[in-house]
Amino acid sequence: MRTPKGVVLWVGAACAGVLLVLGVGAALQYWAAAPENRPHLVEVVAEGLPVVFFGTAMLMVFAGMAASWLFRRHPHAARQLAEQSRSLLAAESGFRVSTAGAPPLVELAAAINQLADAYHRIEHDLEARSVETRARVEEERDRFVALMSELSQGVVVCNADGRILLYNPRAAALLAPSESGRHGDYTPLGLGRSVLALLDRQQVVHALDMLQHQIGHVDRPQARFVASAANGALLRVQVAPFLGAERKLAGMVFALDDVGQLMGRESQRLRLLQSLATGVRAPVANLRAATENLVSFPDMPADRREQFVEIAAAEARVLTERLNAALLANADALKGSLTLEDMRAVDLLAVAQRRIAEALQLPVAIEDADAELWLRVDSYAIAQAMTFLAARLAGDYDLHGFRLRAGGGGNFGEIDLVWTGAIVGSDALSLWEGEPMRIGKEETPLTLRDVLERHGAEAWLQVDKIRQISRFRLLLPRGQAVAPVAHRTSTAADSRPEYYDFDLFEHIGGVGELADRKLAELAYTVFDTETTGLEPSAGDEIISIGAVRIVNGRVLKQEVFEQLVNPRRPISRESTAVHGIDGKQVAGEPPIGQVLPRFHRFCEDTVLVAHNAAFDMRFLELKEASTGVRFGQPVLDTLLLSAVVHPSVDNHHLDMIAERVGVRVIGRHTALGDALLTADVFLRLVPLLAERGIVTLGQALEASRATYHSRLQY
Amino acid sequence: MSEPRKVLIVDDEPNILTALEFLFKRSGYEVRLARDGGEALREADAWRPDVMLLDIMMPVKNGYEVCQTVRERPELAGVRIVMLSAKGSEAEINKGLSLGADRYVTKPFSTQELLATIDRLFEPGDAGKP
Repeated sequence: MRTPKGVVLWVGAACAGVLLVLGVGAALQYWAAAPENRPHLVEVVAEGLPVVFFGTAMLMVFAGMAASWLFRRHPHAARQLAEQSRSLLAAESGFRVSTAGAPPLVELAAAINQLADAYHRIEHDLEARSVETRARVEEERDRFVALMSELSQGVVVCNADGRILLYNPRAAALLAPSESGRHGDYTPLGLGRSVLALLDRQQVVHALDMLQHQIGHVDRPQARFVASAANGALLRVQVAPFLGAERKLAGMVFALDDVGQLMGRESQRLRLLQSLATGVRAPVANLRAATENLVSFPDMPADRREQFVEIAAAEARVLTERLNAALLANADALKGSLTLEDMRAVDLLAVAQRRIAEALQLPVAIEDADAELWLRVDSYAIAQAMTFLAARLAGDYDLHGFRLRAGGGGNFGEIDLVWTGAIVGSDALSLWEGEPMRIGKEETPLTLRDVLERHGAEAWLQVDKIRQISRFRLLLPRGQAVAPVAHRTSTAADSRPEYYDFDLFEHIGGVGELADRKLAELAYTVFDTETTGLEPSAGDEIISIGAVRIVNGRVLKQEVFEQLVNPRRPISRESTAVHGIDGKQVAGEPPIGQVLPRFHRFCEDTVLVAHNAAFDMRFLELKEASTGVRFGQPVLDTLLLSAVVHPSVDNHHLDMIAERVGVRVIGRHTALGDALLTADVFLRLVPLLAERGIVTLGQALEASRATYHSRLQY
Repeated sequence: MSEPRKVLIVDDEPNILTALEFLFKRSGYEVRLARDGGEALREADAWRPDVMLLDIMMPVKNGYEVCQTVRERPELAGVRIVMLSAKGSEAEINKGLSLGADRYVTKPFSTQELLATIDRLFEPGDAGKP
């Protein structure tokens, strides 16, 4: 253990005290003696000088030891006790203070521990009482998250400053970077980030203007626009405001739809119309001019007549060819109107199954359905049509149930309504086709024929007389498979996805005067790097970056950055032993020049936090010249902050700090694992800093600078 | 009897040229043909037709360009221009008339109505006005 500065002072003072007492004693003796005896006195003292020195030295040693012993048992032990007591509140409930100090301090420690017991008991009681309330809130929250997750529309909610408070998985999928641009420049969707970076800034600002203008004048203000996302997707965006106090704009809801496909179909339809309009006019004109000549001038010579007949025949051929070519090239445009949607045949059958079973109270089974078959249908109308057919059959014949089937190849898919027993005449279908569809009391003016026409579909009856199996077959246009919503893989296995944070509502204002902002409310990127070695100036390189964001005092474990980097140099065996990354693993990964711009975007608008940040920052700084990427934001170092909080402790290794502040250590020595641990540690340090009056970023930076450790050079 | 009117038919489709040539000759017109915009301008300069029937989508120079060029030349001021085109949107008709065409006829058209339209162009007080 290091000798505390206080010990030296105490020992020094004790020795000085001994010397002073002896000196004063000798002087008094000298002055009290009669003047004639003084030389004799000096003589006697001079004779006994070695004994006096020895005695003095012994006295000083005893006084020094006593002083040191007293110091360690009293002021030093008391200070340690105070530090431990402060940690008590932040650490887990098992932690208790202890001291090697004097008995009164041991008694004090016991009293503090009793207080801690009482405190944790009360905390436990409160916790128990709030569990029930929390469970209810959690349940609602889960329901809400589930609801948001199931929406086929992307939803992003932001506050009045454009900071994102919520998004659902569909929005994350719509705005995810495209595969080809995986290593490119993009801003990820994330809580607390600006919505302006996701979509065209001007369009969002314009929408905001429109909304501001509409508020107070229009019943339900909203703005719409079509924008392309950074990944190239074409999105239809609908923006609606929600209002706070005094009907002021408190935030906005963005509903996102991928309209690339719809727009494609719409423009194809337009092309078809145009090519029909212009392509057909000319041949019809020629045809008409030739035939009108034939009609108007019956007296024309035979060779002329023949010429015009040939022209008419040739132009009729051209006309046919153009029509066919135009229809073929734009066949998809005729596949259906915008009200038809692509859906899985299996899902359509499930809807029909429920509806038929409910309406007729008969068993309906799905016997065979191709899971890969997609149809372009108005699902409501088709389910209604199938229910209508089933109702007609059940009404006119004695049937005990139906089976449903889906399959087929080519441009169409088949949906079959199958039954066994009663043989139905083929004229029945043509009769029913023209009837308004009535199911029980429900009636629509639509006929089965209307529904079929809208889909460009066909229906017929097929009978296997030997097996007594009949089926109505609907031939419906095939649709395109809609990409499933990509669920992000969770990197922090035990945490629930955190797609929202309504507390961000309270945060107003941009980055501005960061120094005066409270530590507890800033957004942070906590990161860690793994490297080929320990000497950046000797050419060591970054091979992995892991980072996680803290927003509003929460570690957002769903919004992480994790990227291996090809260092383009060998990785030393020693460093592979630490982080387990070898040359093979990084061979196919992008170089630092591609990774840093992405990482820079990830860190935008946040304060950086790292453990032993000087080391990581040195690597980043050395790359500034070659990549042009500069990390200019403030940096906090958990090593220094720990030294600020626990000044009398020497060991500020991440593991030790974690233990002191009560954070469980898991998954160390991957960049992301260490970043996550550092983030947890940092959040525990913030209240401990506050106890020492360090509340703002500026104060934390200043305190870091002042600690002894900040003078270390890496 | 006055001299027959001269009509220059400009189109890149031989079938319509044949049909219109026959139609106009039978109707008492003197007819010349041009198969693209360049040829049309040369014929107009050399022959000074009374009417040009002008297709729009043609090689070398399109009908709009030919129309514009003719209207820029004072010596061709008397030429009536009828555009005959498969392009028939309101915007295209507007453009043709703005560039100086007297009439804009969309394909397909009735031959008798075309003759009547051209006749009307020569009625007193109607010349040069759509």
